Amino acid sequence: MPDLAPITPLGNAHPITETYGPVTLSEVVDRALASVAARLDTGPDAMDNLAKYLGTPLPDVEQISGTTQQAFWIGPDQWMITADFATHETLATDLAQRTQGHFNVTEQTDAWCRFDLTGGQLADVFERLCPVNIRAKSNGTAVRTTIDHLGCSVLIFDQRHIAVMGPRSAAASLHHTLVTALRSVF
Amino acid sequence: MTNSNRLSGGQIDRTKPLNFQFDGKSFQGYQGDTLASALLANGVRLMGRSFKYHRPRGPMTAGSEEPNAIVELRTGAAQEPNTRATTAELFDGLVAKSQNRWPSLAFDAMAINDRLSNFLTAGFYYKTFMWPAAFWEKVYEPIIRKAAGLGTLSHDPDPDCYDKGFLHCDILVIGAGPAGLIAARTAARAGAQVILADEDFRMGGRLNAETFGIGDLGAPDWAAQQVAELASLPNVRLMTRTTVMGAYDHGIYGLVERITDHLPQSPAVKPRQILWRVYSKRAILAAGATERPIVFENNDRPGIMLAGSLRTYANRWAVTPAHQVAVFTNNDDGHRTAIDLITRGVTATVIDTRMDAKSLGDYETLAGGVVSDTAGRLGLTSVQVTLANGAQRSLSVGALGVSGGWNPNVHLTCHQRGRPAWDDRIHAFAPAGTLPAGMSVAGAANGVFGTHDALQSGHAAAIEAAASLGFAPQSIDIPDTRDAPVNLTPFWHVAGAKRAWVDQQNDVTAKDIKLAHQENFASVEHLKRYTTLGMATDQGKTSNIAGLAIMAEVAGKSIPEVGTTMFRPPYTPVALGALAGRSRDQDFRPTRKTPSHRWASEQGAVFVEVGLWLRAQYFPKPGETHWRQSVDREVLQTRKSVGICDVTTLGKIDVQGRDAAEFLNKIYANGFAKLPVGKTRYGLMLREDGIAMDDGTAARFADDHFVVTTTTANAVSVYRHMEFVRQCLCPDMDVHLISTTEAWAQYSVAGPNARKLLQKIVDPEFDISNDAFPYMACGDITVCGGLRARLFRISFSGELAYEIAVPTRYGDALIRRLLDAGQEFDAVVYGTEALGVMRIEKGHAAGNELNGTTTALNLGMGRMVSTKKDSIGATLSTRDGLNDPNALKLVGLRPVDRTKPVPAGSHIMTKGDPVDAAHDQGYVTSACYSPNLGHHIALAFVKSGDTRLGEVVRLVSPLTGVDHDVEIVSAHFIDPEGDRLRA
Amino acid sequence: MIIIHPLLGPRDSSEFIYKGDAALINRPDWQASDALDQFIDYGYLRDNPAGLHRELWYHEQGDRSWLVVTRDTTTHEITQVELARDVARRQGRST
Repeated sequence: MPDLAPITPLGNAHPITETYGPVTLSEVVDRALASVAARLDTGPDAMDNLAKYLGTPLPDVEQISGTTQQAFWIGPDQWMITADFATHETLATDLAQRTQGHFNVTEQTDAWCRFDLTGGQLADVFERLCPVNIRAKSNGTAVRTTIDHLGCSVLIFDQRHIAVMGPRSAAASLHHTLVTALRSVF
Repeated sequence: MTNSNRLSGGQIDRTKPLNFQFDGKSFQGYQGDTLASALLANGVRLMGRSFKYHRPRGPMTAGSEEPNAIVELRTGAAQEPNTRATTAELFDGLVAKSQNRWPSLAFDAMAINDRLSNFLTAGFYYKTFMWPAAFWEKVYEPIIRKAAGLGTLSHDPDPDCYDKGFLHCDILVIGAGPAGLIAARTAARAGAQVILADEDFRMGGRLNAETFGIGDLGAPDWAAQQVAELASLPNVRLMTRTTVMGAYDHGIYGLVERITDHLPQSPAVKPRQILWRVYSKRAILAAGATERPIVFENNDRPGIMLAGSLRTYANRWAVTPAHQVAVFTNNDDGHRTAIDLITRGVTATVIDTRMDAKSLGDYETLAGGVVSDTAGRLGLTSVQVTLANGAQRSLSVGALGVSGGWNPNVHLTCHQRGRPAWDDRIHAFAPAGTLPAGMSVAGAANGVFGTHDALQSGHAAAIEAAASLGFAPQSIDIPDTRDAPVNLTPFWHVAGAKRAWVDQQNDVTAKDIKLAHQENFASVEHLKRYTTLGMATDQGKTSNIAGLAIMAEVAGKSIPEVGTTMFRPPYTPVALGALAGRSRDQDFRPTRKTPSHRWASEQGAVFVEVGLWLRAQYFPKPGETHWRQSVDREVLQTRKSVGICDVTTLGKIDVQGRDAAEFLNKIYANGFAKLPVGKTRYGLMLREDGIAMDDGTAARFADDHFVVTTTTANAVSVYRHMEFVRQCLCPDMDVHLISTTEAWAQYSVAGPNARKLLQKIVDPEFDISNDAFPYMACGDITVCGGLRARLFRISFSGELAYEIAVPTRYGDALIRRLLDAGQEFDAVVYGTEALGVMRIEKGHAAGNELNGTTTALNLGMGRMVSTKKDSIGATLSTRDGLNDPNALKLVGLRPVDRTKPVPAGSHIMTKGDPVDAAHDQGYVTSACYSPNLGHHIALAFVKSGDTRLGEVVRLVSPLTGVDHDVEIVSAHFIDPEGDRLRA
Repeated sequence: MIIIHPLLGPRDSSEFIYKGDAALINRPDWQASDALDQFIDYGYLRDNPAGLHRELWYHEQGDRSWLVVTRDTTTHEITQVELARDVARRQGRST
């Protein structure tokens, strides 16, 4: 076991949770992340192989699939895989081994910070944040867009649970943007 | 004075009295009043002084087109100048001040300008203040500056915050008058997502100002009923106090919603205003029409206003500026004002330019008459009428309503190159030509003036718009309402007037327009700029057309032949705060923090902005008072023992795939195909034109896996460039790129004791001895008991050095561990300053040298550009112009007098040559004090510098007084053989 | 402006970075006998039409795709949007 203590993107020992009106904002730091990109000759067999390992097929454009391990589409032939950090800290290495020669895998766990918003009227908040029509998106949609100059992924699990992933180094700025919008609306 | 001018009825709430102040005096109004209506109710007609001549002025209108009654609202930091009293909602405790007058509104010393009017005509700026030249900056400008503008700023930071937002809808309806209300209802009933926006605080448009009925209800009640139904529909978003201020590409509209301007105070975290970007599939412009006056002698006295506005004050706000009024009109709509006022007990007389005009109620009509003059400097007392037969008559009145007709509010149709067309039916410009994509126009905005016609028009527009989007709209019943015809006969101005005001806010007279024509500024674009007609905050909404008509007359043209200027956003002024939104001060851009930021703050580091990043610049220790002390210490200690620096900010890009090496060969000028696994190589990236773009390293972790680094500043643009090459130039290369700058915390560990320090944290199964891990090696390792890490043996400082990367969440713990383990070596942490000093001492090029004008040849890397393969920039770098035998070459400079500095930006001249551009030999790019050498040093580009080592040249900066000798030396001041690197 | 991304649908142009004429896809062959002349034209000559323009946009704040957009420079009307990779392959670009 390595004896180095991790810190959260906001620079604390533990993730934060805050409430604003009907919405709870929770910092999520317990997900391992790895991006997978299909090589040019990756065929249905290789896709199935990975799907079996993940327990979910690789999703279509802007979709999220899976439960324990999740995958969401991030670009043509590219997906982000997420899993529980405690049990899958070496997610990237595992995936690389499993998909040898067919997918290019990159560790992404600490490239992102993540804030989950749960509760009512979330679409009202996102109206202040990004140009995408969050209100009209169906459950299980992952959208990459811009929030206050930051390139973010917005994961709409349903209209009462939306996660925002942004660059880890800008966590404080992203948190500030989200809180400002929450305080503004509620 | 207490509400002596109140009438009965109106849409004000008499159960809610509100106290307010104007120019220090206290008054009372009611909920629903505007500042203007409340002041008029209290007998106050004088509300401002005009821009140039400081003439006493009162409100000319009851809406956002107001030119005169502009005041400073609120006090202290929230004070806002140039607020229209006609749209400022009254709230309890409101404080307002008139503008542009000294010492008071009633006695304004600057009114002396009015006496000098012969000298202050249009264009006087161009003809005066020319001589003597010495006076321009010292005399004329300060005077003009003091006289310029209308309101004053508080100079305090804006205490309010503003928001931005994004809304999506099927149909945006702009304006909630009769056409807009019916359009919104029709579209909403069809199932469309509808946004209905109106600038007023009460929806209904002109219906709130009229007394006729719609169906069984009075006009205002019918409007309220429509609004109530719309408010109950889940697919409708009603936005009052919201101005649609611009029509942009592809159905995008800009809206400013005023959230708290009508409240005494804005709650701290709530935005005062929100700038909304609305994405609409279709838009219906139902913005109504604005009335225009007739121009005549002294037509600007307080109490003289548009006839329709006079009617609005009476019907909506139960106010009349005076109990004896007159109306001057060229159409039947002016008569409606007389009728409504008489119903409320006000005496009215109508002066109608049409010879065959008749009274439409119990009042006198002077057919064929014109108003030839008025009296009452601080407020209208009488009007002079020249009757049809030439006789004169004087009317003792305190208010005069003027109606010259109505102009459709075409503005938004013109925001994208559109120009309106003259419509002879209504004698006004109406929307024409190509409208912005998705926009249609309904009601008065489209030149359809009757109420019933407006309802039909709005209904039809909504049916068409909804159907075009695939909805199945149903017709809804249009209620019965009478259309009052207008019967306008054009009459623009009374001839022979000497002081007849066309643009009241900019004080432009009919005479000015004639002068413009006389001086050949006759085109409509010149007319505007020469006279400033239409250039004030009201954008000429009540003045443009009269100006065009007068110009047409003197030019012998028709009005459409004179043409119009272009309308541009915003429709009404927008606070800069609304445009900035949250992007102010610290929040102007996001801040990116390194993994060691918290730790560095604890150490008292001084930070510097590098793009969006905050990087530790240096770490002052107790007792150090000047940055040089800290930086010198960090540099010396690193070269003496070991130093640690956070280099996370440099771009890191994962390059993976079968064709990864071939891809790197394409983007780098030098070769990578043969780089062995486990090795790193310096890479130079050129722009396609052969200029050096960025440099970094590429580390090979496997046949098909490289980690590429870039400079901090270029991380984003290099990644973008690489994706361009991958997708657009080499679509069949099997390679992917993932940015991993964020994912890894990376520290450089540099100095003679670097290996010893690292051996204390690298897990023992990894051999990092010089043999096992030589210079430029790289590999996956673990540290601190199994944590995955990456180690690179690369050096920017020129010392024995490594870079160690761990997942970012462990970066804070790692640097603490490194400093802890480093105590036995007196390890030091160093910042960007020391980093910079050491790389200059070593002679490494960086951003200053890759400045967008230099090539590989200039950098001394000409041989690195492979001629055996294709790479970006390789071909164009062979151009003769980039390969001049006397080209600039990167060298070092050392001051001959060791006590002198070598300032960056200074130029190099050959000794004996004149100091001029023609003899320029080059320039200094990077400079610092070298604590290792004990004097200043620099890197510079010098023509043929590589052949001139040892030559003493002249360093000059004529602008800043630099002139002393320097010696050209090798850029590698420290360890030129590289022994330390390979230790 | 709105760019209708072939995979993602309508997106605000503020999510994109504009690069320029899509003719940049037609990079000359470095081994052609007149390669230098071709590269000079490629680097410095542009049609710059008042009218339909095929141009490159990069979805930097989105899926990082490069797109070829056909836009009328006088009206901003966008009539076609394609993945640049598809256009590049159609124009014979490979490795």
